[in-house]
Amino acid sequence: MMQFMLLFSRQGKLRLQKWYVPLSDKEKKKITRELVQTVLARKPKMCSFLEWRDLKIVYKRYASLYFCCAIEDQDNELITLEIIHRYVELLDKYFGSVCELDIIFNFEKAYFILDEFLLGGEAQETSKKNVLKAIEQADLLQEDAKEAETPRSVLEEIGLT
Amino acid sequence: MPAVSKGDGMRGLAVFISDIRNCKSKEAEVKRINKELANIRSKFKGDKALDGYSKKKYVCKLLFIFLLGHDIDFGHMEAVNLLSSNKYTEKQIGYLFISVLVNSNSDLIRLINNAIRNDLASRNPTFMNLALHCIANVGSREMAEAFVSEIPRILVAGDTMDSVKQSAALCLLRLNRTCPDLVPMGEWTARVVHLLNDQHLGVVTAATSLIATLAQKSPDDFKTSVSLAVARLSRIVTSAAIDLQDYTYYFVAAPWLSVKLLRLLQCYPPPEDAALRSRLTECLETILSKAQEPPKSKKVQHSNAKNAVLFEAITLIIHHDNEPNLLVRACNQLGQFLQHRETNLRYLALESMCTLASSEFSHEAVKTHIETVINALKTERDVSVRQRAVDLLYAMCDRSNAKQIVAEMLSYLETADYSIREEIVLKVAILAEKYAVDYTWYVDTILNLIRIAGDYVSEEVWYRVIQIVINRDDVQGYAAKTVFEALQAPACHENLVKVGGYILGEFGNLIAGDPRSSPLVQFSLLHSKFHLCSVPTRALLLSAYIKFINLFPEVKGTIQDVLRSDSQLRNADVELQQRAVEYLRLSCIASTDILATVLEEMPPFPEKESSILAKLKKKKGSSKLPDLNDARRNINGSTNHTEDTETAEKVSTHSFTDKLNVNSTPSTGASLLVDVFSDVSNTPAPNDVSEEHFLRFVCKNNGVIFENQLLQIGLKSEYRQNLGRMYVFYGNKTSTQFLSFSSSVSSNDLLQTQLNIHTKTVDPVIDGGAQVQQILNIECLSDFSDAPVLHIQFRYGGALQNIAVKLPVMLNKFFQPTEMTSQDFFQRWKQLGAPQQEVQKIFKAQHQMDSDVAKAKLLGFGVALLDGVDPNPANFVGAGIIHSKTTQVGCLIRLEPNTQAQMYRLTLRTSKDSVSQRLCELLSEQF
Repeated sequence: MMQFMLLFSRQGKLRLQKWYVPLSDKEKKKITRELVQTVLARKPKMCSFLEWRDLKIVYKRYASLYFCCAIEDQDNELITLEIIHRYVELLDKYFGSVCELDIIFNFEKAYFILDEFLLGGEAQETSKKNVLKAIEQADLLQEDAKEAETPRSVLEEIGLT
Repeated sequence: MPAVSKGDGMRGLAVFISDIRNCKSKEAEVKRINKELANIRSKFKGDKALDGYSKKKYVCKLLFIFLLGHDIDFGHMEAVNLLSSNKYTEKQIGYLFISVLVNSNSDLIRLINNAIRNDLASRNPTFMNLALHCIANVGSREMAEAFVSEIPRILVAGDTMDSVKQSAALCLLRLNRTCPDLVPMGEWTARVVHLLNDQHLGVVTAATSLIATLAQKSPDDFKTSVSLAVARLSRIVTSAAIDLQDYTYYFVAAPWLSVKLLRLLQCYPPPEDAALRSRLTECLETILSKAQEPPKSKKVQHSNAKNAVLFEAITLIIHHDNEPNLLVRACNQLGQFLQHRETNLRYLALESMCTLASSEFSHEAVKTHIETVINALKTERDVSVRQRAVDLLYAMCDRSNAKQIVAEMLSYLETADYSIREEIVLKVAILAEKYAVDYTWYVDTILNLIRIAGDYVSEEVWYRVIQIVINRDDVQGYAAKTVFEALQAPACHENLVKVGGYILGEFGNLIAGDPRSSPLVQFSLLHSKFHLCSVPTRALLLSAYIKFINLFPEVKGTIQDVLRSDSQLRNADVELQQRAVEYLRLSCIASTDILATVLEEMPPFPEKESSILAKLKKKKGSSKLPDLNDARRNINGSTNHTEDTETAEKVSTHSFTDKLNVNSTPSTGASLLVDVFSDVSNTPAPNDVSEEHFLRFVCKNNGVIFENQLLQIGLKSEYRQNLGRMYVFYGNKTSTQFLSFSSSVSSNDLLQTQLNIHTKTVDPVIDGGAQVQQILNIECLSDFSDAPVLHIQFRYGGALQNIAVKLPVMLNKFFQPTEMTSQDFFQRWKQLGAPQQEVQKIFKAQHQMDSDVAKAKLLGFGVALLDGVDPNPANFVGAGIIHSKTTQVGCLIRLEPNTQAQMYRLTLRTSKDSVSQRLCELLSEQF
């Protein structure tokens, strides 16, 4: 089972974190700091896997973003690498050529997509079509809801109220 | 800002994020965030009711601030309002907030659970999914208790939508991980197994994960899944890639599902049914053959997915370990990967081969790759790959190649990364010992280790070399000669000085015939290192010197001069000073005969498992724990085994003195106390029983149980099954004799039927400063909860002294640790499910919560710690059997620390309620 997934930038900024095991906030921060440091220190041609505490870390870099998963001893490294890739594909398809900014500004979407794809640390739905269908349906519901709402003032829209 | 128009953009949120990104400094960012937090707080507190949109926007902002790494302690109420809303868009954000910022406030949880319950009952699949995702994301015990019976129903109901089934399956999986005791097995299990036949591959994937986990817990309930899994796998591996449509990933048919099915099959032994077995073998052969086919795509995703399945298949083959043909094929395949240009594949091949090396069928096949692996050690640029190569060399080592492998590891050690040096040192030491045919090679190897990587040579390693040299007289002369030569080096590692000092002290006489290593030369050589060494090493050298006095009378004068010098006799360090004083005195007053007896050669050490091996196991966190007797002794006993034994041997008249400090002068208040004590009546009243230190002995066997101005009582005990032996040491702290000394053990009526204690009598006189020993033999007849009392009576200066001490003979002393797989553990845990068999206690931590300390205590308590059983690595799970003459009681323990709350929850399940109760009482006082 995957224990957690972290997305962080080359500068070490955390962009997304998903924890599938209960840990305290302090512990989460400590783990994040340690792993970001370890992974960023590795050279490009190095192996994508490393042992860390009693877990296996699987990571891959896409453009400016690192995707880093922690799996348990008996889990399969290569399939985890492809879990990362499939998630990237999903983001890419949804945002249309995804970049780091998309994930910063639409972090909630990145979470929703991840929840459709992985649940409780296991793959829930590996079909790209099915995941995107679920997300798009949800988006449709949002559109409906939005139309039903009353238009709000410009001032409020830009966050000045 | 990116041009995303999907869904509803919340402009206020986007503006805020931009603001944060534009902040030039950390301070500016914090300032902006604090401003926003104040704004949100006032909005939430304001009189004007917020509409859904605003609430959603502010909650999103809080979430963003939290994800930046700031603490958020409010907004939960608003989030709960959102998730109770009927608008999807609000509900979704509400759930997200709650999932990310889990809060254990119970009122809040109740509200959340209500909302979830409504959504689960809504029959709206999108709402149901949100609710299930939330349960799976939070996965707390409260949620498990609330929904664990509902979810299986949703999972197997005929009218549940596919996507809901998928969420329900994984949700249940998550709850089973957090609270395995709560997930009930029932008639639904059979229907879950049938999900393996489902049309929808997404449902099958999710269900397989669930079944693979539950099958570990109760294999019998899911036995039927084996044939279904084989059938499904067979259909996948033989399908044309295109058949599975969107479940085909870069020309590989359903790789995720295949991996999971292979994983599920690893929960079971090879199928007994011949047809099924040959079908599975066919599948595995097909997977192996496909690895040889030319790739259908050049993309790395294709090869990764394909090889993911291949590696999982190889893991299953190794797990079954019954098809020599498949094992050898797997080994050959991995051999090809060893030279693959993809670093990832080389890494995995090395890792996988490690397990293959342990199978008798493939061990030889693995060995043929030795040159490639050695080459990897030299040329791989990535330390994690080199580490795997070291592991594999270690795994493939046997008598035939040990010399080569040890030599390669030693030469690698010179340049090895600091992070893995200690481990390599341990491995070399173990291999050298295990495969040594002639022990001169062993001694050379260890001395080389110290030379090359002295700083990484742990105590265990050099203790071990000494144990071996002492136990084998054929190597002693060689060892003495070799250390003598090694010590000639101008700069040698302190560990070498330790080994050298010890060995020359014992066996220097074997090389003293050669004028180049005459006694005086040996002594001067050792003493030339003395001033550069730390206190423990100096202490050891002093012991070597006194041994020299016995071995070589001709250097007695020289050594006495050294001992007499101010830097020794007045050394600021108590230990060094004491040794110098005692040794000097001993050398002056004792006759040659006495010296020869006191300073006799060390007797052979008892053969037991190498402590190095134990250390390596601990380091690797492997599931197999070191021999528990060993570990237990290490926890409570001396950390400095060889040295303590040495001291004990040498100063045999006060065998226990150093530990108990009997020599320390009694304080001046003694006479006052004597008067008080003399008033005590002859028969000790029960309320005078000292139990001050009683609880300290729950997790250890040795130490001081009682001490006053006159007397110190030390204990050493050992237990095996239902028998125990306790050595009681009475140390007279005064300079006056104790007369009419007697001691006896009493038990109450009930305890007498449960515990048999046989006491040997002691000498009625204890001289001032002396120590006597008494042996108690203990037999446990049945489980018990009281403790026997030790009564001591003696005359000191005419006054009669009465002392009563509660003896730490507790039920847990009769534990035998039991190793078991997580499968067995959960099966037994379930069997012991009756309410009276379980005892649970939640208590506040009395000491600092340190996981290593807790681990040591549990080991000392007597159970085997089982790694990898509890899904939460912070928890401890242990198992053991209490032995009594009449019965054996199996016992399972779970200890869950909560560092935030500084609390523990301890759960015990045993087949006997009185045992559960007593063990819980004992253990819960320890943390």
